[in-house]
Amino acid sequence: MTHKLQLQVNGRTVSGEVGATTLLATFLREQLRLTGTHIGCDTAQCGACTVHVDGRAVKSCNVLALQVAGCQVTTIEGVTPADGSLHPMQEAFRACHGLQCGFCTPGMVMSALDLVAHHPHATEEQIRSGLEGNFCRCTGYQNIVKAVALGAKAMGL
Amino acid sequence: MGAPGLIGRSVERKEDYRFLTGKGQYTDDIVLPNQSYGVFVRSLHAHARLRAVDTARAARAPGVLGIVTGKDMAAVGGLPCGWLIKSLDGTPMKEPKHPVLAEDKVRYVGEAVALVVGETLEQARAAAAMVDVDYDVLPAVANTATAAKAGTAVHDQAPDNVCFTWGCGDKSATDAAFARAAHVTTLEYVNNRLIPNAIEPRAANAAYSSADQSYTLYVANQNPHVERLLMTAFVLGLPEHKVRVVAPDVGGGFGSKIFLYAEETALVWASKHIGRPIKWTAERSESFLSDAHGRDHVTRAELALDKEGKFLGLRVHTTANVGAYLSTFGSCVPTILYGTLLAGQYATPAIYCQVQAVFTNTAPVDAYRGAGRPEATYLVERIVETAARELRIDPAELRRRNFIRTFPYATPVGLTYDTGDYEATLARARQLADVDGFAARRAASASKGLLRGIGYSCYIEACGLAPSNIAGALGARAGLYEAGEVRVHPTGKVTVFTGSHSHGQGHETTFSQIVADKLGIAFEDVDIQHGDTAKVLFGMGTYGSRSLAVGGTAIIKAVDKVIAKGKKIAAHLLEASDADIEFSGGEFRVAGTDRKKSFAEVALTAYVPHNYPLDKLEPGLNENAFYDPTNFTYPAGSYICEVEVDPATGQVRVDRFTACDDFGNVVNPMIVEGQVQGGVVQGLGQALLEACRYSEDGQLMSGSFMDYAIPRADDIPSLQVETLPGTPCTHNPLGVKGCGEAGAIGSPPAIMNALTDALASLGVRDVPMPASPYAVWTAIRAAAKH
Repeated sequence: MTHKLQLQVNGRTVSGEVGATTLLATFLREQLRLTGTHIGCDTAQCGACTVHVDGRAVKSCNVLALQVAGCQVTTIEGVTPADGSLHPMQEAFRACHGLQCGFCTPGMVMSALDLVAHHPHATEEQIRSGLEGNFCRCTGYQNIVKAVALGAKAMGL
Repeated sequence: MGAPGLIGRSVERKEDYRFLTGKGQYTDDIVLPNQSYGVFVRSLHAHARLRAVDTARAARAPGVLGIVTGKDMAAVGGLPCGWLIKSLDGTPMKEPKHPVLAEDKVRYVGEAVALVVGETLEQARAAAAMVDVDYDVLPAVANTATAAKAGTAVHDQAPDNVCFTWGCGDKSATDAAFARAAHVTTLEYVNNRLIPNAIEPRAANAAYSSADQSYTLYVANQNPHVERLLMTAFVLGLPEHKVRVVAPDVGGGFGSKIFLYAEETALVWASKHIGRPIKWTAERSESFLSDAHGRDHVTRAELALDKEGKFLGLRVHTTANVGAYLSTFGSCVPTILYGTLLAGQYATPAIYCQVQAVFTNTAPVDAYRGAGRPEATYLVERIVETAARELRIDPAELRRRNFIRTFPYATPVGLTYDTGDYEATLARARQLADVDGFAARRAASASKGLLRGIGYSCYIEACGLAPSNIAGALGARAGLYEAGEVRVHPTGKVTVFTGSHSHGQGHETTFSQIVADKLGIAFEDVDIQHGDTAKVLFGMGTYGSRSLAVGGTAIIKAVDKVIAKGKKIAAHLLEASDADIEFSGGEFRVAGTDRKKSFAEVALTAYVPHNYPLDKLEPGLNENAFYDPTNFTYPAGSYICEVEVDPATGQVRVDRFTACDDFGNVVNPMIVEGQVQGGVVQGLGQALLEACRYSEDGQLMSGSFMDYAIPRADDIPSLQVETLPGTPCTHNPLGVKGCGEAGAIGSPPAIMNALTDALASLGVRDVPMPASPYAVWTAIRAAAKH
């Protein structure tokens, strides 16, 4: 049995039919083909699937699609400017070499944006603590931490 | 961007735009026309006879397209092991069949028993739960140390569970060294078993085309040509040229995606039988169960010293767990990549190492970041530091007394180090770490009731496994060269094809730098292609920090051929002799004159050969090369760690970590630094956090991120990482050595040496890895009782 669903994704109204147990991550990836949202675990630990729901970072593998009916969802695709440039936070990740394999990166950027929105002048310790829910196995986090601080600055926060 | 001078510059990465914008294409992102989905039924038991695998009920479930069991695939070969190791008595290792899907028995929890294919993932998943497997449960062998005496055999061919007993070095010379020793330091420890956990889970998508009887496999893999060769020639008996393997963007590997696994093999086989493309993506819990694990050694090591603190001999006995089956390189990791590294940075004259490899009812164990070399380095650096404490010699001083100082240096365990300067990295690391300020920092910690310790690790690794003929003599069943192709287009733009594979290392950037620099063209005018057997001529892939030293050299050799041919074309255009043409800065020039042709002009001439020496030269400008190195490369460095321990809780905090490495020449310092940072943190995971645990009956107790802790951003401080100009490798044209594994190799002993230094005043001599608060607290309590 499926249920109708309508919500805003990256500024556009989208509708779909989903099962009662369809996860938001699955809906974004499989139905909307927004494959920048990645799935790296099954226990809501790794954060690769992080998106924004009504402006807050949420692990989309831990939310049912039906739970966000009527909400505003932003994915990494919605953060990226249409003109082929990068958002200042994305640019900061590139400048600081804050990514290697790229798999955790979209979720990391989405968490970083939420973090700096609430803590525009976060210390290194606050950034590290704020990223605790996003795993990266490649970088050792050091350049991600640098990127978040630089990104916040570049965003004029 | 200007052409020359690209080597040694921290150029921003070409691949980042697609990763940062969510436009990367990982295997699970690919949906093929008429896609179906596969789910594996996995063994619930560590050891059981399969009485029956009843698929009747599942086959009737909605959306089921087909179910494959071990019986269906019994005619195909087992998954092969790529390295034949012989025991000391000359007998070959025991190599029981590693079936794609379990046949008569299951031998570890998570072993694939059946593949269920459905129209949707949900339907396949629901049907998989309806496959009735009748298990006759048998006693399991799960303990590395006691496997050989378990009284239960994982395989009938190995009644005592011993796969092989291998040795290297000179036993009698080593025993003689111990007989004249003034001091012997002994260490017994476990090198903890780890689960790699690349953040992208393994995934595969296989399709069969009846139009031309060909297969295409998309797979998260580090070496697609090797994957194809092993799968077609040794398992499925398919024509190699009719199988295309694509490893698209791959989200981290760390070794775990080198191997040919059961899942993609079953998918390829089933894609023809079911007649639909089949996709499988591991859930994380499947990754924990079925990715090849790493490390898992039980070791007793002894170091013999004379009264001046000179090392006389090193004697090692290791029991290495290979798991339930030999994985692709499962046999060479605890032998060729371990025993041969036991000299470390030291001129120890006699070394003997014996390794007993045992089968257990656990997931296969294979290469994980460093692969044998972290185990060797942990041994050497822990025992050297322990000896220094026992002899009350400063640990840096003891190392200095024993450093190898003249090169080339032949070790007693089969390697010849071409170059190095261990004093330089140690001296610089000490400076960066402010070792002189340690006493004051220790006092400051003490005033807060905390114990501070400092620890060293002076590691060496052998990268770019080579050469093929020697590796072959040592049991390798594959070559160890790399291939590259440089395709110059008529406009002078260049596409480079490499047999190595990038899954985070940034090859698209680094390789563009070396090609653009060498050809004197713009960085943007070079494109790097990898990971597709239909595009790339051949390749051995990426592991063992080999990509730049071996793969980069193959590219350079192909570039050299392009330049050589370009000189002939330019000579014709400039009406000069070939020998008079010089190439530099993107220009072919008649020596000593201003007569010249640009690289682009020569390229265009090659493809529009109107004025061209057609009688002696083919048109076109496209060259390839295979490069088989003459030796390993030997990156080395010194790491210094300081920890603070709360003796009341056992909590360990890494306060400072300094890494000073010698990687020879460096192409992109930013990328190299990133590799070291990531490697050090993975090593920190091994030292302090990561514990793969099986119960005595073979159930995986650490099967999720809730139970298995990998480092998080707030577990670690910022590291101080510096790469010295160093000693360039003497036998490849770039002078490069490799940097991908150094951090994971060097950091665990530095951390554990710091921890045991902190606890020495309490009488603690050793703490097992991972040094969890409980492990530290237990060690403190045990020492107090003595």
